[in-house]
Amino acid sequence: MKPLRPSHPYLFVAPTVMVLGVFFIYPLLLAFYRSFFAWDLLTEPIYVGAAHYATLWSSGELIETLGRTLSYSLVVVAFASSLGLCFAVGLNREGTIYAFVRGAIFSAYIVSWVAVGLLWLWILDGDAGILAVALRKLGLPATAWLSDPDTALMALAGVTVWKITGYAMVIFLAGLQDVPRSLLEAAALDGAGPWARFRHVTWPLLRPTAAFVATTSLILSFQAFDIVRVMTQGGPVKATTIFVYAIYESVFMNLRVGRASALTVVFFVLLLGLTGLQLWAWRLGRRTGGETA
Amino acid sequence: MTRRASMLSTVLLVLAGALWVGPYLWMVSTSFKSMQEIVKAPAVPIPSSLDPSAYAAVFEAVPVGRFFVNTLVMAVAIALLQIALALPAGYALAKLRFTGRRAAFGLVLACLIIPPQVTFVPVFTMLGSAGLVNTMAALVLPFGVSAFGTFLVRQAMLSVPDSIIEAARLDGASETYIIYRVLGPIVQPTLAALFLFSFVYHYSDYFWPLMMTTDDRVRTLPLAVALLREQGTGARWNIIMAGNVILSLPIFALFVVAQRRILRAVTARALS
Repeated sequence: MKPLRPSHPYLFVAPTVMVLGVFFIYPLLLAFYRSFFAWDLLTEPIYVGAAHYATLWSSGELIETLGRTLSYSLVVVAFASSLGLCFAVGLNREGTIYAFVRGAIFSAYIVSWVAVGLLWLWILDGDAGILAVALRKLGLPATAWLSDPDTALMALAGVTVWKITGYAMVIFLAGLQDVPRSLLEAAALDGAGPWARFRHVTWPLLRPTAAFVATTSLILSFQAFDIVRVMTQGGPVKATTIFVYAIYESVFMNLRVGRASALTVVFFVLLLGLTGLQLWAWRLGRRTGGETA
Repeated sequence: MTRRASMLSTVLLVLAGALWVGPYLWMVSTSFKSMQEIVKAPAVPIPSSLDPSAYAAVFEAVPVGRFFVNTLVMAVAIALLQIALALPAGYALAKLRFTGRRAAFGLVLACLIIPPQVTFVPVFTMLGSAGLVNTMAALVLPFGVSAFGTFLVRQAMLSVPDSIIEAARLDGASETYIIYRVLGPIVQPTLAALFLFSFVYHYSDYFWPLMMTTDDRVRTLPLAVALLREQGTGARWNIIMAGNVILSLPIFALFVVAQRRILRAVTARALS
């Protein structure tokens, strides 16, 4: 439509453009610029060229942090998506019990990370935690999972799965509403069992949803921080120092803004890559989903 | 499905539900125990008596009331600001023809992929030199516009027929009136979803307030509850779990009251 006055549209988008510019775009450019300086927030910044990038790479720290972040994220995505799908298919029916179970699983997604982290810190406590006590009663081995470098990261991944499975379930449930009942009934009349109906009718139609769930939870878990800060503070011996925690540590504990900025730039480039993957997966999911349907 | 298979799957699903309900019950149960009871018999599921002293200890350790008010003010201010700014921007992007519209919309889409985890280091230094660290402004302003919210409102406005706007213009309504009084109510379900999504996210947010504040006057409830564990020697789990219950109760209450709307807010992202 034609605006009443030529200035109107600009006035209407101005606040949005300003806030996005000041708090999203400009900081991104600033981080890029600062990544070429050494700065401790107190004295004057010193230009160091690409030194931060070089040391991040040559010290092996970048690869190690990325490796930890990816193994955490991939475990979270694999388990949260497949569990979410199972629960969605199983709980997609009428009845108070099912509604209650759906609500219980989803509620973990909206409760604060702080609450979830502290709760599981207590459950996973090596001495008095309910899990260790129960395992010992059964004569099974129990350790302090969170203070063992070999298990800490996967313990965090497990807690994250507990927290976000409800998200995956809810998105899959929304996707299931688009599967026409008549198709399932026709398949049943043709003698298809529950597994065959899922495999040949439901799953092909759910594939775009699955692509969405997998890629969004990949990007979300790639950005994880709260759970690390609350449960392990990056330890033991850096075992849970994943990307955002490494940035936080650089700037707030070591006062190395330039280095933190270099990490931020690398982190953003990785996020861009994941977003590209996401768009590709959606397109692919749409296409194959459409063909089979 | 045979009767037996259906029974089996129901049992499995209820067991799975117990995996989620169990930890919550454990949290509540621990919060009503005394520390001696926890040390002596940590795995007993039901406390010997309903001892509220852990809750009293939480209120003693942190000014819960002030933190709660801070959290509410911050979350509501963010949600309202996002709605107030997304309406005119969404209207212009969906309905008005002007040079630069594509660029403005492109900016909104680009910001969808820039999370706070990317901006917090530079924004912290920016707010520092502006003297805004430790203020409510540092918590609210960076989230005053939600790229996602602007996108949602724009999509909702696209499906409003032009004739409604034309009729209002013929009646002599101002553009501000059209945006907030005519279009606002029409896209109300989208606005409600945006409000709930933002409110729940920022009420629970730990990341941003942790980075931008050190002063109790503006700190929020999630920070205070996380501090319950960091202060003092040894973890007093009954007090920590009591803090957890206080922190989570409002969200559970909101969930019970507005479950359907919250679900719509979360799935909006998937369907858009």
